[in-house]
Amino acid sequence: MLKNFLQMRLKGLVVLAVIVLLLPLFFNNPFHYDLATQIAIFAATVVGLNLLVGFAGQISLGHAGFFGVGAYFSAVMTGTYGWTPLPTMLVAAVVVALLAWLVGRPILKLKGHYLSMATLAMGFIIAIIINNEGWLTGGPDGMSVAPFSIFGWELSSFNQYSLFGIEFGGDVAWYFFAGFLLLVAVWIAENIIDSPIGRALRSVHGSEIAARVVGVDTSYYKSLVFVVSAVYASLMGSIYAHFSGFITPHLASFEQSIVLITMVVLGGMASTFGVILGAVVLKLLPQVLADFQELEMMMFGLILMLTMIFMPKGLFPTLQNKLAERKRKKSEEQA
Amino acid sequence: MSKKILRRAGFLAATLAASIFTGAQAAEPIKIGSFLSVTGPASFLGDPELKTLELYVERINAVGGVIGRPLELVHYDDAGDASAARNFASRLVRSDRVDIIVGGSTTGATMAAVPLIEQARMPFISLAGAVVITDPVKKWVFKTPQSDRAAAERVLQDMKSHGITKIGLISGTGGFGRSGREQTLALVGKMGMEIVADVTYSPSDTDMTAQLTRIRNTPGVEAVFNFGFGQSPAIVTRNYAQLGIDLPFYQSHGVASDRFLDLLGDAGEGLRLPASPLLVPDSLPNSDPQKAVVTSYKKLYEERWNMQVSTFGGYAHDGLMLAVEAIEKAGSTDREAVRKALESIQGYVGVTGVFNMSSTDHNGLSADSFRILEVKNGKWKLIN
Repeated sequence: MLKNFLQMRLKGLVVLAVIVLLLPLFFNNPFHYDLATQIAIFAATVVGLNLLVGFAGQISLGHAGFFGVGAYFSAVMTGTYGWTPLPTMLVAAVVVALLAWLVGRPILKLKGHYLSMATLAMGFIIAIIINNEGWLTGGPDGMSVAPFSIFGWELSSFNQYSLFGIEFGGDVAWYFFAGFLLLVAVWIAENIIDSPIGRALRSVHGSEIAARVVGVDTSYYKSLVFVVSAVYASLMGSIYAHFSGFITPHLASFEQSIVLITMVVLGGMASTFGVILGAVVLKLLPQVLADFQELEMMMFGLILMLTMIFMPKGLFPTLQNKLAERKRKKSEEQA
Repeated sequence: MSKKILRRAGFLAATLAASIFTGAQAAEPIKIGSFLSVTGPASFLGDPELKTLELYVERINAVGGVIGRPLELVHYDDAGDASAARNFASRLVRSDRVDIIVGGSTTGATMAAVPLIEQARMPFISLAGAVVITDPVKKWVFKTPQSDRAAAERVLQDMKSHGITKIGLISGTGGFGRSGREQTLALVGKMGMEIVADVTYSPSDTDMTAQLTRIRNTPGVEAVFNFGFGQSPAIVTRNYAQLGIDLPFYQSHGVASDRFLDLLGDAGEGLRLPASPLLVPDSLPNSDPQKAVVTSYKKLYEERWNMQVSTFGGYAHDGLMLAVEAIEKAGSTDREAVRKALESIQGYVGVTGVFNMSSTDHNGLSADSFRILEVKNGKWKLIN
């Protein structure tokens, strides 16, 4: 059983790695790399959010707030105060972790959906602070961010790099960097899911009372996973800020939180690969639909509605079930 | 399992490639790229801008295009979201490979796209207001609307000419109001004036009586100046009338539209603001160099779209015309040549003003390009 689990886990990760490696074969201009990089960043964010929503059954309506704090912390500290990006990112993550703990710990002792209300309020507060403290954050018009660098080596999507004699653009480098981060994010998430913490979480999702009866400290585990998912958002927010080079308070807005939740629900709650698919679809649709112009918004809404009506469990789990069913039928026919 | 996922991924990537990769072969037309806030909260900017671009691209193509090549407009709707604007700018630069970009309805959208456009070395004419876009000067970025600094300067000039030196400032906390407030605060000292009251309101507020009462109760206030955008300035104006404050009242160029007049009713009598001559084409003296351009634009736009022309569409008119002028001057679409040509444009008469670009001024408009208008009997009246 355990061996099986391990294999499944590794298999998914290997498939994802292969996809990340092979996808560039279908790219024919830097814009595709640009888009794919963003998809990877958002996918990693929702992989973290999924731990909370899909596994612990708690809804955060302020996750873009954490994303925004990460992004703005990195932007302000590297830009205005000259910190180096990597340590700044980690400090931002610690700040966000503390914030999430402060908000989550008392709230998650209560039963029910109090966390959604608390995070909703927190998200709004963060967005308002970013908007109003113009001297620090540039206000509603946003601020520019320095490129990412690791140990003095700068990663900018407009530079040219060469490795082992191969010349490639910064957009390609960013794509593989973001792809790598996504793999790490998935690997960590999958490990959490299959650890005692993950099992405790699923028991909370199933029945909180039953979980308590068998001695699971439910509020502790819920707070823990809330912090973990907030840290995911913060780190990816920092990465996104460095990647895009310019950020606006919209990143931390309520709409953005809804987009993140939608990615999770659309792709398939409690399915790590499902939420990645959700991020892909939600980030790709506006670009694909851009050619329809004024019909864009209508089609976007229609697609989301139809998906939720006919695939209430989300894209990935539904497709997975369909495939499994077909396989079973085939083997039945053969038998 | 893995095979299926792979197949699915292949399919996904193929749809991605097929749908996004739209036309790169035909090198003949000159591609004008644009990202505008056609829908969403800033649609009152983006909608007339897009209509103007479409109108003039049609007209230019009807008479044979520019340097013998037709124009092709590639445009996207960023819905007022700065990250979407950045992505569409990326698509214009990297996938559509346009020759020049005219767009960016809001300052946020423009600034989000700027780092990318600067590094891609693409001439870019922004249609957004704030002074940060062209100050400090960015090599590849130009803009057609007067900056908020010019608007503040024009208002303060007018106040000073009436002997007013002590001002009560009220401003919105949105991007436009905030930037305008900072510019005003920076200018008053230089002009020997003084802000005696400085209050703000949130763009979502529905009543500003409290702020206005504070200004009224401040001793020494000689005039009130509101810097805001959207619905709020109309509310401020109505509250102002309700409170019966009889000090001279100034608004910014952000509300200079006929729709704003409709919102006011008769609460706006005596209100003054700096605006584009587009609002008062008939009152312009015949000697005014802009008269011909302004009347022709107004007529064409209103015939084609059957709706009232707006100042914001005028920014797009000037943006496109400057781009065309620069390409003609450069004789090619070579980016560096076009950029140089843009920088060297002198005395170009547009709807918004007369443009005198230089390597240190990528806006090219002075504060004088604003006309001071006053509301008289529910209509705009040209003061000077």
